[in-house]
Amino acid sequence: MHFEFQVEGGNFSKAGTASSQLKKILKQLNVDSRDIKRVVVALYEAEVNVVAHAYQGVIIIDIDTEKIRIRIEDEGPGIKDIDLAMQQGFSTASELVREMGFGAGMGLPNIKNNTDELTVTSEVGKGTNVHMLINFSI
Amino acid sequence: MNVCPTEAIRVRHGKAVLYGDRCVDCGECFRVCPVSAIIIDHDDFNFIFDYKYRIALVPAVFTGQFPEDVSPQQIFSVLLDLGFTHVYEVENGTALLQEAMNEYADKPGISKPLISSFCPAIVRLIQVKFPALVDNILLLKPPLDISALHIREEMRRKGITNEEAGIFYITPCAAKIAAIKDPVGEDKSPISGVINMDVLFNKVYRKVKTRNNQSCSLPVYTDLPATARCWALTNGEAPLAKGRTLAIDEINNVIDFLEKLEDDEINDVDFVELRACDESCAGGVLTVSNRFLTAERLRNHKTTTPEPSDSEHPDGFRHIRENHAEIRKNITIEEVKPRSIMKLDDNIAEAMRKMEKVNRIMQLLPMVDCGVCGAPSCQALARDIALNQANLHDCVFIQKILEQKGELSLEESIKIMQEIWGFGKTNKYRDLKGL
Repeated sequence: MHFEFQVEGGNFSKAGTASSQLKKILKQLNVDSRDIKRVVVALYEAEVNVVAHAYQGVIIIDIDTEKIRIRIEDEGPGIKDIDLAMQQGFSTASELVREMGFGAGMGLPNIKNNTDELTVTSEVGKGTNVHMLINFSI
Repeated sequence: MNVCPTEAIRVRHGKAVLYGDRCVDCGECFRVCPVSAIIIDHDDFNFIFDYKYRIALVPAVFTGQFPEDVSPQQIFSVLLDLGFTHVYEVENGTALLQEAMNEYADKPGISKPLISSFCPAIVRLIQVKFPALVDNILLLKPPLDISALHIREEMRRKGITNEEAGIFYITPCAAKIAAIKDPVGEDKSPISGVINMDVLFNKVYRKVKTRNNQSCSLPVYTDLPATARCWALTNGEAPLAKGRTLAIDEINNVIDFLEKLEDDEINDVDFVELRACDESCAGGVLTVSNRFLTAERLRNHKTTTPEPSDSEHPDGFRHIRENHAEIRKNITIEEVKPRSIMKLDDNIAEAMRKMEKVNRIMQLLPMVDCGVCGAPSCQALARDIALNQANLHDCVFIQKILEQKGELSLEESIKIMQEIWGFGKTNKYRDLKGL
């Protein structure tokens, strides 16, 4: 099954709507609740990243009976040093974002901890693509 | 139909149909039904006379129903007049529960936050709508069952068997009835029967009024401590639990909170008290008095000085601490199993197929949630259709379109309405000319 969600950069009140909707879908598909939790946490972090850093983004989800593949592709500043960004605690979040309670620098590490495969590619000045895969436990 | 938090109600042939697997016994439907079509079934009062010893298990909320000038002692003496042989307050069980709760919180490997098991509607809500959170439920019996255990022990000590002694709970809501008749986490309840609070209130109040000026001997009675008395009110449990706690009442507030909890958005909370009713049990569906007045009365009740307890009095029970060890052995409940109503199918491939069907159907529906089809929302109807429990032409919008295209006759259209709403609603138009 295929789903797509749009994400608006800067709109913190809507941050999390995609992961919430995906959660409902996965519940209806009777996916194991531990897998649902991993997916929701990973997607939520990725969604917030788009809201906090980028201008806009799209979330593309493909689900089959064994796994879920999510691509988050945004238009934004991009990431200069991906390895650095993957470090816990490292954040380039603006003052405003931190004041809202986001930008603690745990986003990408959290995604890595909850996914089976993760690939982050980026072009500075253009945008970032996050590609994640989670296998369903039987 | 629309107030049901789990969309458990449909209209078929003019009657409300409740889907048992979706219902959590919150009683919201009972509250709002304009024709009182939904009743909360309880045991006939005279059923108590099947037993030689008849114990009324009374929640503090019951005494809170009466105006301030009616003391709990008066209420209990009337209960004895009505036929009970003993009266015991539910909240006596709270002291032991509080101890057990705080020990439980220190166990290794428990999921935080712990969710109180006090409100049976909430336990059921979690089972059906938030199955991932069943591991957070505190697996301890509510005060109701703890007090019942104490009573059974006391009866046993006096040589009275379970068949001779009937324990009757005066219930403020449907959920507690369900918890007794169909318990989650235990096989059978120690309670013999349930009497609805509104019914008993009428009986008692009438008697209290008529014997107002007669002198009567009041039963020996000791007031509950304030923490016990307020246990069933909002924020009655939370302050007594360890760590950071929250108290949330009213089922929609609870649902919002549980969604967030499931999304892992709540951190560092150790214990949550969740109640389905606004003002918790004071706002139970079977209560009579205004919930805020009831809560106020219970919170501000002036404790009378404790009298020496007459434990050898035949109508009395010893202090619950006397059975501390025995009760603590039996205070846990078994695991609460999830029974999700959200899944379309157990098999993921089948569920996907059904979901695609639901999505296709939703595109044809108007998405106005009008309810004319007998389902609470367009999404619910789409689900019902995908599960072969309803038809696309149940939707009144679709009917109009089909009529316009000539694919549905007016006769067939009316027939569909009658299948859903019964003949009653369409009969009144039969002889009407020129509306």
